[in-house]
Amino acid sequence: MTNQSKKILNTNITKLVNQPYKYGFSTSVEKENFEKGLNEDVVRLISKKKNEPEFLLNFRLKAYKKWKQMKCPEWAQLKFLESNYQDIIYYSAPKSKKKLDSLDEVDPEILKTFEKLGISLTEQKRLTNVAVDAVFDSVSIGTTFKEELAEYGVIFSSISEAVHTYPDLIEKYLGTVVPIGDNYFTALNSAVFTDGSFCYIPKGVTCPLDLSTYFRINEQNSGQFERTLIIAEENSQVSYLEGCTAPQYDENQLHAAVVELIALENATIKYSTVQNWYSGDSSGNGGIFNFVTKRGLCAGKNSKISWTQVETGAAITWKYPSCVLVGDNSQGEFYSVALTNNYQQTDTGSKMIHVGKNTRSRIVSKGISAGNSKNSYRGFVNVNNKAVGARNYSQCDSLLIGNSSNANTFPFISVQNSTTKIEHEASTSKIGEEQIFYFLQRGISLEQAIGLIISGFCREVFTELPLEFAVEADRLLSLKLEGSIG
Amino acid sequence: MDIKTPILDIQNLRASINDNEILKSLNLTINKGEIHAIMGPNGSGKSTLSKVLAGHPAYKVLSGDIIYEGKSILELEPEERSHSGIFLAFQYPIEIPGVSNEDFLYLSYNAKLKAAKKAEISPIEFFSIVSEKLKIVNMSPTFLNRNVNEGFSGGEKKRNEIVQMLLLDSKLSILDETDSGLDIDALKIISKGIGTFMNQEKAIILITHYQRLLDYVKPDFIHVMQDGKIIKTGSAELAKELEKKGYEWLKTPV
Repeated sequence: MTNQSKKILNTNITKLVNQPYKYGFSTSVEKENFEKGLNEDVVRLISKKKNEPEFLLNFRLKAYKKWKQMKCPEWAQLKFLESNYQDIIYYSAPKSKKKLDSLDEVDPEILKTFEKLGISLTEQKRLTNVAVDAVFDSVSIGTTFKEELAEYGVIFSSISEAVHTYPDLIEKYLGTVVPIGDNYFTALNSAVFTDGSFCYIPKGVTCPLDLSTYFRINEQNSGQFERTLIIAEENSQVSYLEGCTAPQYDENQLHAAVVELIALENATIKYSTVQNWYSGDSSGNGGIFNFVTKRGLCAGKNSKISWTQVETGAAITWKYPSCVLVGDNSQGEFYSVALTNNYQQTDTGSKMIHVGKNTRSRIVSKGISAGNSKNSYRGFVNVNNKAVGARNYSQCDSLLIGNSSNANTFPFISVQNSTTKIEHEASTSKIGEEQIFYFLQRGISLEQAIGLIISGFCREVFTELPLEFAVEADRLLSLKLEGSIG
Repeated sequence: MDIKTPILDIQNLRASINDNEILKSLNLTINKGEIHAIMGPNGSGKSTLSKVLAGHPAYKVLSGDIIYEGKSILELEPEERSHSGIFLAFQYPIEIPGVSNEDFLYLSYNAKLKAAKKAEISPIEFFSIVSEKLKIVNMSPTFLNRNVNEGFSGGEKKRNEIVQMLLLDSKLSILDETDSGLDIDALKIISKGIGTFMNQEKAIILITHYQRLLDYVKPDFIHVMQDGKIIKTGSAELAKELEKKGYEWLKTPV
């Protein structure tokens, strides 16, 4: 390729991938914020604010003590200035004068915010086939279709509410899949988590709706620490989706979430994420630091947990949705598309821990890097000596756009069992000048060409998303890559 | 005699890649209804000419002009040239993993309609159109589900190029060594495709090394390129002479 044409190609592609962030607006609402900073009193105050039972306060205090002894992990392929944890607001909630009886009583400004994000919560306009829990900064604003789901025995509410209505379930399961001291960020989250979603699918029930949580960070200096817990009892099934956006600020904001999934015998949990946090400007200022621990436990025989993620936002992403396959014949899956641009850095992948007999796992990871971004896949496949007949298939593909982006793959495989079958495939490709010229010669514009190549590259992952979200994900990548189309 | 209307007029064209001048003052006029074959030894600039006509960004036009249907196209983007009816069948068709032939062809077809300010068509309407074109070159409709050129044999790739030419119904088609690497059956199929396609409103440039394609597709003129210029022009008979004598005899001025 000649230098001249390289330059033309790169400027064109750069123009395409640098679309303004659509969700960068902020909402002005009357808020109740804690003072900045973190100490034991703040932890107690959060618990008190939420009127929590004793066991949860103890859980938080234990976590806080652990966290104080821990250090921010440095092994990831990420470069950033560690957040100043004393400069973060740990609780920020819109002020409400009285207890709300229905979603229609929520501050219209907040409803408008979600509306603008494409998530309508009001009775008339809400999505008809998805139940939504909307989280605004530290608290859940409301959950749609609660009563309808209750008829099936499905519990879907904010975790703060569940702490009061189902304390036994929370006490029994919280922190069992992701222990408090699992890592620096889980300890922090366990100490200060403010809200998140709780789902419980009873025995034999296939959840009639997709469940979804939409996370919105609004406050400039607040951190968001959410906690999600999903329990699928024997023979049950659920599909869950989370979406995330944040306003455009010059400073970095911290998001440290913990998600725990538990699938009992024959249960299936499908967990999909479309992450579009603000990723910072074109020179790398601002954006969300996204440190997330997601783990699913396939506790029962024949259970299945499937993670699908489309990661397009955040300045820093550190995230490894994992499956612990304890039940015999259980299955874990991880499908991921991670797109990075400008100075975004992503270190993401999956862990599959095989414990039970004949457990199977599958990892399909697609990384797309543009601009000066860094996109790393990090995976860990571990087969225990008892996991007779375990199988894993991993595939990691990277697509580079332009000449300054970076793609890495770090697969770790540890097998203690001779009956295991492990396959690993990896590829790196680049959208080439000749490919683009071929499209152009056939009259297809550069924008469409890149859109088509990207969606072809991601197809295996998109087909795993629930239909509505597949459309959303395609649109999101289009927005980031295709310019003004759509 | 008919009145000839030029479709393409290349005037003193000089073009370079990586500061290396490849086309050196090339002149060529092609009228509607004509088939021109361009022959010449490797490295004489034949493929460069095809890329320059299609507007490949790696090539720089140093001077001269390309007049297509009465207007200079030097300022037009590659996709605009395509919309205006210029088609290049690639010598090495590009593989595009993950993109199905059907999506690719559909997008290409609609892009042309859109540029002509015509209504775009639905995938179902498109399917019946493309199925007709596939029949012409003996390709099964299952080929639409495969990724663009990925894992295609040499012959399939070349036939795919012809399908695209038929589909876009281009006015000026440049076939860059479409015959190379083909067995005799494939060559006949492709020639048949070209035969059904050609009419008095179109023009074709065949870039080839071999006489055998010209047995099936009769050119009106044969040009011999050497060192970035056309050094000899003749009738179809010239190809046979070249086949016998090679290019060497042309080097000494006749």
